[in-house]
Amino acid sequence: MIYGIHWDLHSPLAFAISILPILLIGMKVTVEATILGFLVALLLGLVLALLRRVPLRIIAWPTAVVIEFLRDTPLLVQLFFLYYVLPKYGVTLPALFTGVLALGVQYSAYTSEVYRAGLDAIDRGQIEAATALNLSRARLYRTIILPQAIPRIIPALGNYLVSMIKDTPVLSTVTVLEMLNLAQIIGDRTYRYLIPLSIVGALFLLLTVIASTAVNRLDRMLPKEGVPLR
Amino acid sequence: MSPPAEPGTAPDEIIRFEKVTKRFGALTVLDDFDFHVIPGEKVTLIGPSGSGKSTVLRILMTLERFQTGRVELDGISYHESGGKGPFKASPRHLREIRTRVGMVFQSFNLFPHMTVLRNIIEAPVAVLKIPKEEAIERAIGLLDLVGLAEKKDAYPRQLSGGQQQRVAIARALAMRPRVLLFDEPTSALDPQLVGEVQSVIRDLAHEHDLTMLLVTHEMRFAREISDRVCFFDKGRVVEQGTPSDIFGAPSEKRTQEFLRSILD
Repeated sequence: MIYGIHWDLHSPLAFAISILPILLIGMKVTVEATILGFLVALLLGLVLALLRRVPLRIIAWPTAVVIEFLRDTPLLVQLFFLYYVLPKYGVTLPALFTGVLALGVQYSAYTSEVYRAGLDAIDRGQIEAATALNLSRARLYRTIILPQAIPRIIPALGNYLVSMIKDTPVLSTVTVLEMLNLAQIIGDRTYRYLIPLSIVGALFLLLTVIASTAVNRLDRMLPKEGVPLR
Repeated sequence: MSPPAEPGTAPDEIIRFEKVTKRFGALTVLDDFDFHVIPGEKVTLIGPSGSGKSTVLRILMTLERFQTGRVELDGISYHESGGKGPFKASPRHLREIRTRVGMVFQSFNLFPHMTVLRNIIEAPVAVLKIPKEEAIERAIGLLDLVGLAEKKDAYPRQLSGGQQQRVAIARALAMRPRVLLFDEPTSALDPQLVGEVQSVIRDLAHEHDLTMLLVTHEMRFAREISDRVCFFDKGRVVEQGTPSDIFGAPSEKRTQEFLRSILD
């Protein structure tokens, strides 16, 4: 019994049906972790990408080092670091929050590279025209560069969203009760692993298909030349 | 707020280059370059590619820096007064310079995600703080001037190259520049579209207050609209004069060679 829900071991089908509600609770955690983690990745990644473009080397260079470090160390190491090391220094975060942060921070390194490629792809002539029209730097980014970069980066960001969904089981290592963790607990208690793990696999497939369909649809909806922002 | 005119600037000059040197690495693009333009003058810069003509425009538009010498526009120096080297200007100072200059590019550079109208009103609303309704009204007036009023809601991709360039001219004019720079405005156009853009520029050349600098390879057009033609070679003005002087009786050997090569 988990979350007050009992499982039924009479037949494989009954077992599957009885544990599904438990796993759906886990799926909710998976979805929450992904959404929050991805929001962190989108925002922090943009900040990193912009800092890296600052003309001052004293800012751009350390930013590049941080991005490289985040990209080149395993998610699990970063997660354990946040979960086990930070509390020694008085920073104790709830497990889910730690997980969201780890996912978001690691993926911000990836998204920052996506943003960078998107920003670099903007035709220099666009920036020169905006300069000739005396637009401020903030205005240049907001109304000329970002609107044109967005449609170009959506597909790559979508790939990372799908990838992040598939990385969420890592959170089970720090006691977050997401889908895989719950499936494993059910397996440990019933000695039946096939059905819970199969259901978890199917639910992951469902989530990733939904996510990539949504991204594709968004990609087709947005005008290729750019999204007008006010 | 503009710094006061520095001593030495003749009041009847709007543009002044004094001993300006511009290098790209080992390549010297402008070499001890002197150049003056008086208000309202229409000056055409001709010469082989790489001779520094476009660089003059790009420096004036603050798109390019230079190493030594001084540049002034309308009494404003391109480095902040009191600054030592050229181009130590703050962003604010540069923006002050840019209020007086507009530029039309070879590749149009319209904003592809905005309608024609929005391309034109974006900067007047954002930079000059003109109320939107007024900006729209003026933009439509400018579109009328370039013969494209009916295209105001079109996107750039729906326009021909010639139409795009006419919109780009309207967009530059919307900022009410005192100096308008044309960097090979018809070079990227199919031959049959060159005429419509030239005719718009020709109309502008009748504006007495507007100072125009034009880089072009269209010699007949240069002859038609300019008060003065400057022949560039290797980062210097080798010869200059009225169109009839330069095209009719060029005195320098290099000018003669260039004109012969381009007219053949």
